[in-house]
Amino acid sequence: MKYLISLILGMVVGVAAFLALLYYNPMTAQNKLSPLSVSDNDVITFNFSAVATDTLVYTNDGESNVTPHPVKVLQLWEPTVRRTDAMATVLRDGRNQAAAIGIKFSSDSERTNILNSEAIVDSVWHIYVPGQGSLFIEQQENFWSYLREIVIPAHWSSANNWRGSWSGNTTSGPGALDTARVVGGSGVFAGLETGGVESLNAKAYAVEGGAVAMDGKLAIELPRSDEELTPDP
Amino acid sequence: MFKTFIAGILLGIAGAAAALYYVPVVNQSREHSLIVVHPNQGNTETFHINVPMDRILVGVPGQQEPLPVGLQWPEDVRFAGTRAELFKIRNGKDAVVGVASRLAASDDVSGDIIEWVFHFPSRGSAYVAMEAAPREEGYRIGELRTGTREFEPLTGIVTERWITDTSGLEDAPAGRIEIITAFEAKEMEGEE
Repeated sequence: MKYLISLILGMVVGVAAFLALLYYNPMTAQNKLSPLSVSDNDVITFNFSAVATDTLVYTNDGESNVTPHPVKVLQLWEPTVRRTDAMATVLRDGRNQAAAIGIKFSSDSERTNILNSEAIVDSVWHIYVPGQGSLFIEQQENFWSYLREIVIPAHWSSANNWRGSWSGNTTSGPGALDTARVVGGSGVFAGLETGGVESLNAKAYAVEGGAVAMDGKLAIELPRSDEELTPDP
Repeated sequence: MFKTFIAGILLGIAGAAAALYYVPVVNQSREHSLIVVHPNQGNTETFHINVPMDRILVGVPGQQEPLPVGLQWPEDVRFAGTRAELFKIRNGKDAVVGVASRLAASDDVSGDIIEWVFHFPSRGSAYVAMEAAPREEGYRIGELRTGTREFEPLTGIVTERWITDTSGLEDAPAGRIEIITAFEAKEMEGEE
């Protein structure tokens, strides 16, 4: 009997040690430097609040910790869309002026691999910039650092929240340099194929309700007109 | 007993690693794709949106009854010519299989634009630019600009059409937006 108890205790310690190694793995630090920061090209940025109540519309399955907004919005409860969020928001330019309408769909990805510190979300943006045109952005986002440094500490906190300062890029592909794929649809963006990066800047998070003070930023590289438009492989 | 404890630790580590490797963390629910394959003509798939049941958002300035209730659409004059809509989208069996956005806008630079993004969580997304004016038959044709995952290697067209419900049933929708995709694989460079 004592051998069985010893084996079970050992297994519990082994599982705990393995999970601790994954959680504290220093090799998976968040990349805070945008790949676009070393680009010679122009970069346009759109800023938005990542707090659900600041959006025009935010909806999910209605059972997640983030409450849909407005309260009576249709929820995505069907099995095929249960792990999907939809958001429509106003995107602001560098002078904090309303510049565009952005719609974002995000779905938990089956490529999520905790062993590789990858909590992947497949997301797309559909953006219209009045007077300029429309854009489509495809990206994989890795929320591992966000989960590790904000969400889990918030659950561990006796107050069920997290406060601090965290910033990082969520975009992790499909571009080789961890960039999103941006495709222009109309207007001045027609024919454009370039890269982009989405990042988050968080200051407060609550277990009930999600982000409390959090801003998002979309940076899109605009190749010079004399440069051949080639997508990031 | 100490050796048993050490063996337990190793077993625990191996078990946790194996579980994380073999048990998928995310497993998206799927519906059968109801695709009709045409001989040498690619394939078509029919989707629809029941109106008003599947409408998530109708974003237009100055709405008397905003959808959803409580929506505060920006009154900024920049967005005066913009209409943004979000929907759930259904397959031929009337099962919800994804979500979709439709942007209709008009400005001096872009002209009139109508665009869709269809997002199917288990399959990928498709970005479609429609013709601004509908055809005489009442439908509008668009082109698949790009896609992700399943739709990335495809090219083709999409049609949208409004069909008014004539069933007379009490709980029937007012009508539906019918979306038909006709996609085929892109021809590779050098391929005849």
